[in-house]
Amino acid sequence: MAEPSSRRMLAGGRIRARRLDAGMAQAELARQVGISPSYLNLIEHDRRRIGGRLLNALARALDLEPAQIAEGAGGARVERLSAAALARGRPTSDAEAFASRFPDWAALVETQAEMIETLKAQVAGLSDRLAHDPELSASLHQVITAATAIRSTASILAGNEALDRDWQARFHRNIHAESLRLAESSRRLAGYLEAPGEGDGAGAAALSPLDQVEAALDRLGHHVPALEGPDPAMSPEEVAKGVSGLDEAAQDILTVWLRTYRADAAALPVETVARGWRETPEPLALASRLGCALPRLLRRLAALPPGAGPARAGLVTSDAGGALGPRRALDGLTLQRGAVACPLWPIYEALSQPGRPLRALAMMPGETASAALCYAVSTIEAGPDWTAPPRMVAVMLMLPSDIAPAETTRRAVGPGCSLCPRDNCPARREPSLLPTPSRML
Amino acid sequence: MARRVLLIEDEPNIIEAVSFILSRDGWTVHTHSDGASAAERVRAHPPDLVILDAMLPGRSGYDILQELRDAEETRGIPVMMLTARGQARDRELALSLGATHFMTKPFSNAEVLDRVRALAGG
Repeated sequence: MAEPSSRRMLAGGRIRARRLDAGMAQAELARQVGISPSYLNLIEHDRRRIGGRLLNALARALDLEPAQIAEGAGGARVERLSAAALARGRPTSDAEAFASRFPDWAALVETQAEMIETLKAQVAGLSDRLAHDPELSASLHQVITAATAIRSTASILAGNEALDRDWQARFHRNIHAESLRLAESSRRLAGYLEAPGEGDGAGAAALSPLDQVEAALDRLGHHVPALEGPDPAMSPEEVAKGVSGLDEAAQDILTVWLRTYRADAAALPVETVARGWRETPEPLALASRLGCALPRLLRRLAALPPGAGPARAGLVTSDAGGALGPRRALDGLTLQRGAVACPLWPIYEALSQPGRPLRALAMMPGETASAALCYAVSTIEAGPDWTAPPRMVAVMLMLPSDIAPAETTRRAVGPGCSLCPRDNCPARREPSLLPTPSRML
Repeated sequence: MARRVLLIEDEPNIIEAVSFILSRDGWTVHTHSDGASAAERVRAHPPDLVILDAMLPGRSGYDILQELRDAEETRGIPVMMLTARGQARDRELALSLGATHFMTKPFSNAEVLDRVRALAGG
């Protein structure tokens, strides 16, 4: 709510405040608008009314709209600034003075206050969706019900007490039926979580810029023909602008990714890498043969058109802080972003040993869980000038485990501590949300 | 005489597994799958313990629990609630309505057996 009129700034006060902010002497402003300093002094103390040509001249000299002097900051803006201040327990008495003296800053504060309210509404919408969405609730219920039946039945079969054959067969049938139900309900749940419905504003808005870029790259197949060849059809910026469904931050991230892509494509044409991979399907040997840096080749092997390189490939990049860039999953397998990722993935070890290539067969937990043949390396890039710190970047290519050479070192990795069932992991930093074997019957 | 447990649950494979482990432990297990008539079933043949799923066809397990606690003849029967939701507010709701114990799915068989023995004095 705005302050009472007695506390609102009048036109003279707005002129004085703006002049002082501009560092302008009273005499200088008076000279510019063709009046005496003493007359301007009367105006500034609201002892003379102004209008017409003088108002326009003062507005021009102070880089304001005449209405901003005559009427002050818009009533609606002051109302919104006051509301924003009140919402955070701040005094509102200076709202109009602030809006009049710093109209650009006031507009920024107003915009940000609106954004905060919009984001709060989106968060509330998403929370409500998670708590009350009937489809999500039904899918989760199906998953948990099937898991309960499987766990309980499997425990009976795995127990020490003898079971007659009829019961064994019956319980095996039940487990089979429940496993099919679990597979179907899990698939539905994953589909629901990964693909917000069309027109679902809250879901779309909830995608982070990196999520948006990854979704766009998945649609492109991580290969961009317009940036290939010695004379590409488009620039990275043009390609990025043509990609729909990205906000401004996502556009920026994608543009950086596309610039790297273009540099890689210029240095390593598709035909060169494709022929090299057919003859030398081993990244380190191929990098040596092509005379290129290993990180560039790893990126390139994950960005070739179908049939030109590895049958399937995933890619992860990381900075020195462990923050991941846009990821390409290998058959759905990739690393989690942020501090929740498992630190045992080779890419993190590569960060501590710049320049040393690492190869490992990364094994996810579980008897039949997925695995990936990983090639990782990090490099240190010079800063833009002599004083800037160097920039460390790690790259990890992920290939199907069935092509791993027999001598490849196996390494246990996981989906992150909270989702990982491994007991006694030396890298565990928080308890798992899942029942670990020692806690199960 | 074997002590009686009434399992009110609508998932057939959970019914079969839980019935099996309780029967093997010496309990007489009766089952009921319809929420709408569950309270009537408890009144008609009061068991020593009720295992009650929260989400049932016909009527919520919480409503059934409330009815059991409101009626003189069923008020003292121990009730163990089963739910796929482990959130604090679900637990609080169950306990505030008079549940004797609250167990989140997926549970372990040992957990069920231990709790049934403790609640029904088996």
